Amino acid sequence: MVEPVFDLVYIWAGIIAFGVIMYVLMDGFDLGLGVLFPFAPNEEARDLMMNSIAPVWDGNETWLVLGGAGLLAAFPLVYAVFLPALYIGVFLLVAGLIFRGVAFEFRFKAKTSRYLWNWSFTIGSTVAAFAQGVVVGAYIEGFETHNMQYVGGAMDWLTPFTVLTGVGIVIGYALLGATWLILKSEGYIQDWAYKIAPWLLLGVLGVFAAISVWTPMIDPFVADRWFGGVSLIWLMPVLAMLCAYRIFSSIRQRRNGTPFVATMGMFVFTYLGLLASKFPYVVPPNYTLWDASSAHESQLFLLIGLLFVIPFVLGYTAFTYWVFRGKLKAGEGYH
Amino acid sequence: MELDPLLLSRIQFAFVVSFHAIFPVFTIGLASYIACLEGIYYKTGNKDWERLSKFWIQVFAVVFGMGVVSGIVMAFQFGTNWSNFAYTAANFLGPVLSYEVVTAFFLEAAFLGVLLFGRDKVPQGIHFFSACMVAIGTFISSFWILSANSWMHTPQGFEFRDGLVYVTSWSEAIFNPSLAPRFFHMAIASFLTGGFVVAGVSAWYLLRKRDVELHRKALSMTLWLLLILAPTQAVVGDLHGLNTLEHQPMKVAAMEGNWETSEGVPLLLFAIPDQENQTNRFEVAIPKLASFILTHDWDGEVPGLNEVAPEEQPPVAIVFWAFRVMVGIGLLMILVAFTGLVLRRKQAYAHTPWFLNTLRYMAVTPFIAVLAGWFVTEIGRAPWLIYGEFTHAEGLTPSLTGGMALFTLIGYILVYAAIFGAGLYYLMRVLRTGAEQRTYGYDKAGKRPKRPLSIADADWEEDADEESKWNTTAQDKAEEQGAR
Ligand code: HDD
Ligand code: HEM
Ligand code: HEM
Repeated sequence: MVEPVFDLVYIWAGIIAFGVIMYVLMDGFDLGLGVLFPFAPNEEARDLMMNSIAPVWDGNETWLVLGGAGLLAAFPLVYAVFLPALYIGVFLLVAGLIFRGVAFEFRFKAKTSRYLWNWSFTIGSTVAAFAQGVVVGAYIEGFETHNMQYVGGAMDWLTPFTVLTGVGIVIGYALLGATWLILKSEGYIQDWAYKIAPWLLLGVLGVFAAISVWTPMIDPFVADRWFGGVSLIWLMPVLAMLCAYRIFSSIRQRRNGTPFVATMGMFVFTYLGLLASKFPYVVPPNYTLWDASSAHESQLFLLIGLLFVIPFVLGYTAFTYWVFRGKLKAGEGYH
Repeated sequence: MELDPLLLSRIQFAFVVSFHAIFPVFTIGLASYIACLEGIYYKTGNKDWERLSKFWIQVFAVVFGMGVVSGIVMAFQFGTNWSNFAYTAANFLGPVLSYEVVTAFFLEAAFLGVLLFGRDKVPQGIHFFSACMVAIGTFISSFWILSANSWMHTPQGFEFRDGLVYVTSWSEAIFNPSLAPRFFHMAIASFLTGGFVVAGVSAWYLLRKRDVELHRKALSMTLWLLLILAPTQAVVGDLHGLNTLEHQPMKVAAMEGNWETSEGVPLLLFAIPDQENQTNRFEVAIPKLASFILTHDWDGEVPGLNEVAPEEQPPVAIVFWAFRVMVGIGLLMILVAFTGLVLRRKQAYAHTPWFLNTLRYMAVTPFIAVLAGWFVTEIGRAPWLIYGEFTHAEGLTPSLTGGMALFTLIGYILVYAAIFGAGLYYLMRVLRTGAEQRTYGYDKAGKRPKRPLSIADADWEEDADEESKWNTTAQDKAEEQGAR
C-alpha cells in the first residue's frame, strides 16, 4: 500500500481529545448535581437543580456516544481493549446512566415514591461518575495486552489507585455541579452552593495531590517524563493551580459565572497535563496512537464529513443553551 | 455446568437490541406524525390540531426517553462483547456509526429540547421547524444504522488485509445491495407502528366517548395512511425477499422450510421443522406457490438447506415461524385497513364497536411483527456475523468469561425490567389522562416539564379523583370488561 502523504493521526487525536473533554465538562456538571442531590437544603432546591439541566442533558450525553463511535472509527484498538478490560465497570456506568436518566424523568410525577427516584438519581449519577474516574485510573495504570487483545482478568480495573481516581472524579463533578448552580440560581439556593463549593475544591485538590504523588511511583514512564528535565508539562499544573485560586477568590467575591468557568479551566489543564504525560501511548503500556489507529482512508472519510457537520452541531447546541438561558427562580421553570 | 460466553453474549445482544428496537420504530413513525400535526396547525391555526399534537408529544416524550437510554447501552455492546468483531470491522463500522451520531443524534437531541419545552419560548414557525428536524433526524439515524446492519448481511466494497476489513469503495459499502429494501421495509414498518398505535388509542377514546370529534379526525387520517401503507409493505417485503434470495439463499430456504433444492416448491402454511433429521413434520402446503412467489414461475427452482452442511444452517424453526408471524400480521393489517375503507360510509368506522375494539388490539401487533422480522433477518444470518466471511464465534471478546457475560445479562434484564416496567405503567397513565386535560403538564408551579419524560404531567400514583372521573358510568365499566 502507498504510504499516505499526510498523517491524520494528530488531527484525530485532537478531535477525540476534544470530544472527551466536551463530554467531561458538559455531562460533568449534570452528573455533579446528582452527586450533590441528597445534600440540597430542601425539595424545592432539588426541583430547581433538575430543572436547570433538563433541556440539555440528552445533548450532553450524546458526546459520550460520540466518544464511543469516534474511538471505534479512529482508534479501534482503544475501543477494543478498554471496553473488554472494563467490562463490569462499563455495565455499572451504563446502568447508572439509565437509572439517573429515567429517575429524573419520573421524579416529578411521583408523590409518595418520590424519595425512591431521588435516590435513584443520586446513586445513578454517583456510580456513573465513579466509573468514569476509574477509566482514568485504569488508563494511567495500563492494560495487560497481547497481540492487540486484552488478556487480563475481569476485575483488574478495580485497584486502590483506580478507586482514588474514581473518588476524585466524583468530587470534581460535584464541584462543577455546585459552580453551575451558582450560575443558574439565586437566593438561598445560591448561598448554599457558595458555601459548599470551597470545600469541594479542597477535596479535589487533596485527591489531585495524592494522585500526583502516586502516579510517578507506579509508572516509570510518567516519572521519567515529569522529572527527566525542564519541560512544558510543568506549565499545566501551574495553570490548573491558578484556576483553583481563581475559583476560591471568585467565590469570595460572589461572582456568578467566574467560578464555573474557572472550574472548567482547572479540568481542562489537568486533562491536558494527563494527556501530555502519557503521549503518545493510548493503550499503555504497549500501544501508541499509531498502533491503535484505523486505516488512513477511514479516518479521511470521516474527517471530511466532520469538518462539515461539527460547526452545525456546535451551532444548534449553542442555540438550545441560548433558548433556555438565564437564571431560574425557586419554584419556577422555563416557561 | 460450563457457561458458554458465546451463547450468553448472543442472548444478551438479542435482548438489549430487541428492547432498544421497539422504541425507535415507534418514535420514527410518531415523530413524522407530530411534525405533520404541527404543520397543519401552523397552516390552519386550528387549535384542535395543536391539542392533538400536544397530547402525542407527551407520549412521544416518554418513548423517546426510553429509546435514548436503551440506545446508550447499544453504543457499548460491540466493544464489550464483540471486541474482535469491532476491531476487525472498525474501518467500516466506525465511520458509519460516527456519522450516525454527528448527523442524527445531535440533531435530535438539540431540537427535541425545543420541541418539548420551547412552545412558548420560540416563534411557532421555529417550533414547527424543530418538529421537522426531530422527524428527519430519526430517518437519518435509521439510514446509517441500517446501512451498518445491511453491510453485515450483504458485505460489499471492502477487502480483508491481515485479517482486517479495509474499505475499497465507500459508496458500494454504504449503499450495499440489501440497504434499499431494508430501509424502505423498515421505514414503512415504523409508519405502520405509529399508525396502528394512533388508531388504537383513538379507537379507545371513541369507545369511551371522550373528545369524540378530535379523535375521529385523528382516526380518519390514520386509516387513510394505513390503507396505503399496509399493502405497500407486502410489496416491499416481497422485493426484500427476492433480494435475500439472491444474496442469502440459505436464509430464504429457512424461511420457507425447504430442505432440498428442487423445482415447483410448495408454500408451507404449517410445519414443524426438524433440524436433526433435516425434514419437516406435519406439513400443510399449497403446491408450487413458493416457487411462484420467489421465481415468478410455477416450476422455478428454489434453493434448499441441503446445499450447505448442517453446521452452517441457521436454526430453521425460529426463522420459519418468525417469518410466518410477520407475514400473518402483515396480511391482517391489510384486512383491517380495507375494513376501514368499507366502513367509510357515514363515518361508520368511528362508531362501530367491534371495529374499534379490533383496532385497540391491533395496536400491539406492529411491535410483534417488527421483532419477528428482525428475528428472521438476524437469526437467518447465523452462523455468520459478516455473511460468508466472519462468524459469531470469531467475533467474540477473547477475555470474556461465561461468568462475566452471565452477570451483565442478568444485570440488564433486572435494570430493564425495573425501569421499563415503570415507564410502561407511566405511559398508561398518560393515555388515561387524555387530550382533554388543559394543563398538559405546563403550568403546575414547580412541576414544569423540562425533559422528555416529565412533559407528560399525569401523576405517578393512581389518583383516586381522576380515576372516578373517568370510570363513573356503569356503562363505561361494562364496556371495559366486555372488551377484555
Ligand atoms: C449494526 C448492527 C445491527 C443492528 C442494527 C441490529 N443487529 Fe441484530 N445482531 C447484530 C447486529 C445488528 C450482530 C452483531 O450481528 C449480532 C450480535 C450477536 C449476534 O449473534 O449477531 C446480532 C444478533 C441478533 C439476534 C440474535 C441472533 C442469534 O444469536 O442467532 C437477534 C434476535 C437480533 N440481533 C435482533 C435484532 C433486532 C431486533 C434489531 C433491531 C434493531 C437488530 N437485531 C438490529
Ligand atoms: C445495534 C444496533 C444499534 C445501535 C448500536 C444503536 C445505538 C443507538 C444509540 C446510542 C442511541 C441513543 C442516541 C442518543 O443519545 O440520543 C440510539 C437511539 C436511536 N436509535 Fe438506535 N441503535 C441500534 C439499532 C437501531 C435501529 C435498528 C434503528 C432503527 C431503524 C435505530 C434507530 C434509532 C433512533 C431513531 C434513535 C433515536 C432515539 C429514539 O427514537 O428512541 N437504532 N440508538
Ligand atoms: C406482508 C407481507 C410482508 C412480507 C412479504 C415481508 C417480507 C420480509 C422479508 C422477506 C424479510 C427478511 C429480510 C431479510 O432477508 O433480511 C423481512 C424483514 C422484516 N420485516 Fe417484513 N414482511 C412483511 C410484513 C411486515 C410487517 C407488517 C412489518 C412490521 C410492521 C414487517 C417488519 C419487518 C422488519 C422490522 C424486518 C427486519 C428488518 C429488515 O431486514 O428489513 N414486515 N420482511
